[in-house]
Amino acid sequence: MLKSWQRISAIIIKELLQLSRDKMTFGMVIMIPFVQLILFGYAINTNVKNIPVGVFDQSQTSLSRALQQTISATNVVNFTQHYHSLSSAQTAIDSNEVRAVLVIPNDVSQRLVRHPSVGFGLPPSSKQDNNRPIAQWLVDGSDTMIAASIKSLRNMPLVELLDNPANRNTATFEVTLLYNPEQKSVVNIVPGLVAVILTMTMIMFTSAAIVREQERSNMEMLITTPLASMELMVGKIVPYIFIGAIQVVIILGVGYWLFHVPVNGDLLQLVLATFLFICASLVLGLVISTLAKSQLQSMQMTVFLLLPSILLSGFIFPYEGMPVTAQYIAEAFPATHFIRLIRGIVLRDAQVFDMSYDMMWLFIFTVLGLLVATFRFKKTLD
Amino acid sequence: MTIDSQQEFAIQARGLSRNFGNLTAVSALDLVVEKKVIYGFLGPNGSGKTTAIRLLTGLLKPSTGEVNVLDCKLPQEANKLRLKIGYMTQKFSLYDDLTVKENLQFIAKIYGLSANQQKSRLSELLSIYQLNQQSQQLAGSMSGGQKQRLALAAAVIHKPQLLFLDEPTSAVDPQNRRDFWEQLFDLCDQGTTILVSTHYMDEAERCHKLTILENGIKRADDSPQNLMANMTEQVIEISANDLRHIKTQLVQLPAVISASQLGESLRVLVSKSENNPISLLRKQPSISATDKLAIVRPSLEDVFVSTTGKELRR
Repeated sequence: MLKSWQRISAIIIKELLQLSRDKMTFGMVIMIPFVQLILFGYAINTNVKNIPVGVFDQSQTSLSRALQQTISATNVVNFTQHYHSLSSAQTAIDSNEVRAVLVIPNDVSQRLVRHPSVGFGLPPSSKQDNNRPIAQWLVDGSDTMIAASIKSLRNMPLVELLDNPANRNTATFEVTLLYNPEQKSVVNIVPGLVAVILTMTMIMFTSAAIVREQERSNMEMLITTPLASMELMVGKIVPYIFIGAIQVVIILGVGYWLFHVPVNGDLLQLVLATFLFICASLVLGLVISTLAKSQLQSMQMTVFLLLPSILLSGFIFPYEGMPVTAQYIAEAFPATHFIRLIRGIVLRDAQVFDMSYDMMWLFIFTVLGLLVATFRFKKTLD
Repeated sequence: MTIDSQQEFAIQARGLSRNFGNLTAVSALDLVVEKKVIYGFLGPNGSGKTTAIRLLTGLLKPSTGEVNVLDCKLPQEANKLRLKIGYMTQKFSLYDDLTVKENLQFIAKIYGLSANQQKSRLSELLSIYQLNQQSQQLAGSMSGGQKQRLALAAAVIHKPQLLFLDEPTSAVDPQNRRDFWEQLFDLCDQGTTILVSTHYMDEAERCHKLTILENGIKRADDSPQNLMANMTEQVIEISANDLRHIKTQLVQLPAVISASQLGESLRVLVSKSENNPISLLRKQPSISATDKLAIVRPSLEDVFVSTTGKELRR
């Protein structure tokens, strides 16, 4: 037992020494979380603003211009082009010059006065004439997020346009937004990034671990020694747990200082969940490493797993929106469970014991993976 | 066989074979290696030397045959054997990005040496293998000879009874090779059995005993002296002017096994069935009366050539 620990520690020290001399990899450990956090923190934004749009103004009145200004004031769209025919407007959308075109009909003023939201005292009418929208948006609907933003303009109030008091409807529901009242995307993104960055770096590190020794012919020497498979596997994982911990500190730290993402939950629980996730990811990498024949192959397999792991994890697209089959696949990946855990702990001060299903999954994944890797790795050259 | 007689042998193998798909790398190899000797595997590239060593270290499982190494039955007792043997691989297999000392410390720990043992063994090895000055140097930046000494130091760190060396001197100069063999004889003197594979004749000649391998088949085994003494083929040395021309002519003769030029003379191997080789060669038109022909003592290379390459010759 003591000898076994001595052998494991020999591997750990060796890995750390090699890592400390591999300046590039060591730099990546620090730079990947730092750069990606800053990049994604600013770049990933689900509240779309300043969409470039055009206008085809058939009425050419002061009212139609005022209408454009009111819409501009929302900051959702930005009128960049003017078109003089419907076909040129259509072509502009096709060629991605603009994402949408506002078509203002020449009877816009008549439509406006009769419009119920303007409220000139006319009762809501069933007559077609009185219920016509005042203008039309032609939208490139392929990007659902852009489309949704423009759709949100559908019921925009037109009060300012006519300098009239509002005729507000009473809302059907009252919505109280907990945990992220300002609706900043970055609050949801930062904890998710912990999962994404750890998945990427952890799997990558260990997926090369075994196969690298094989490529550099160190393996032939190692397998003639009394070193046991399990000892090698454990020794290969432990150093990277520390690396993972450093990355988590960087991500949550920068998230706190730069993007004001609070860490509401208990630190100990955060450490526990993160530890389990790091182990699960490292073990997944080890399994890849025992399957791959070369470092290139291990890299390809890592990328193959990385994309579904990230896209299905709920990092960007909500888990609830996926079809059931995709949800089952997502459940298999450690990242899915960790995203739930870390968002719960960091944002909602959730208790890991209330999310024991996710914790158990990570634990079982780690143990099974370690067994598979140990079993797959043979101490012979057959 | 009594227990006593069994202990005299470090390695006993019977009918040892190993196939890789259709390729037979080692075929029905019988091998007996006594303790405290340097035993050589001599053979060209691809003759199955490395596979044979891997079979004897338990790194590969034999397709058929029995192996007993240091009273461990392979492949069942491969784990037990690991502590008793040292293995120096053909390619440098320590870590290029660790220093000499770190590499040795790593191996010492893996073999379970205590902290005190590590310290004394390390300083001992560093001075025996003249690596004191390089102890802080990265292994990858060392010369071939230094790497080889480091690899040997690492292979013997746990004082194995049996040491396997797979073409240990392929990357070093003659001076380093001489020093290396001195160290091997020191180890042998201290009681270590050494099995070394090589394709150098001068190296093979240093071994106590030798097995010549070709295409995974044992062609001969004995001490180098006996192999040379018992060779029945005759070696004729010819001193003449146009040796290239003579050579192309002579190799056409069925009785001539091979002819190879050594500087100003041509060494011709003539089959044992030929009673008077000199007169046979004299009859050849390419040889003039003034050329000198003489029967000489066979070298190990002659033994090697006469026992191997029968299909490839000419």
